[in-house]
Amino acid sequence: MARLATTSDVFNAIAEPQRRQILNLLAQGERSVNDIAEALHLKQPQASKHLRVLKQVGLVSVRGAGQQRLYKLTGESLKPIHEWVTPFERFWEENFDRLDEYLQEFQKKEK
Amino acid sequence: MSTKNSSTSTLTMPSDREIVMTRVFDAPRELVFKAYTDPKLIPQWWGQRSTTTTVDKMDVRPGGVWRFVQRDADGNEYAFNGEYKEIVPPERLAYTFEFEGMPGHVLLETVTFEEQGGKTKVKVLSLFDSVEDRDGMLQSGMEAGANESNDRLAELLANS
Repeated sequence: MARLATTSDVFNAIAEPQRRQILNLLAQGERSVNDIAEALHLKQPQASKHLRVLKQVGLVSVRGAGQQRLYKLTGESLKPIHEWVTPFERFWEENFDRLDEYLQEFQKKEK
Repeated sequence: MSTKNSSTSTLTMPSDREIVMTRVFDAPRELVFKAYTDPKLIPQWWGQRSTTTTVDKMDVRPGGVWRFVQRDADGNEYAFNGEYKEIVPPERLAYTFEFEGMPGHVLLETVTFEEQGGKTKVKVLSLFDSVEDRDGMLQSGMEAGANESNDRLAELLANS
């Protein structure tokens, strides 16, 4: 899989806590910069800066609506992250399920 | 960013080099810790259901080595190994983790066992040495888990 330069890397983009908050907020629907800044108690230039990074890696898209510019989450761009965590999640999930069953069985026998 | 599935596991990514899996078990902490550290108990739960796990080495002390081998129905073997770094019964366990099928990509796993009113919260933090390691694993993970592209995370994010 081709990798982009570090600054425009999806992983890097979401490593920043405020940017993750922005993504979670946008997961609920389109928002303007001002709405985002207000909801997350950020200064508007700060919110703009984060949105620029997110837009650069394709995590958000923007469209003009009258005077406003509305930002939207682009689900497709989360795919590399999803592909990275999936084997992990599957591995631990199955181990956890089995461990859970073992622990229940064991405690039943003890009673 | 976190996702919840139908069970009680939670997956989070606190940074670009870490993955955390959390689950609460309805069992006392000592017992859960024992399941992680007793060689007789590992085969009961470690690895995929479709495989049989055998403990080749398991020397639970700092610097001690572990090696587990999974065998599938066709006789294929998948081995994992590492070195114990920290053992604090029944609170914490840290060890390195390497899949022998993709040698050189070593990660550090720290498992914490937290008591929660008779239940035990297990947190597995997987830390990659570098983003290069993370990406190496991403690539081999993609080969192994091939073509199962689904956008569950994206969907969950979109619906949360």
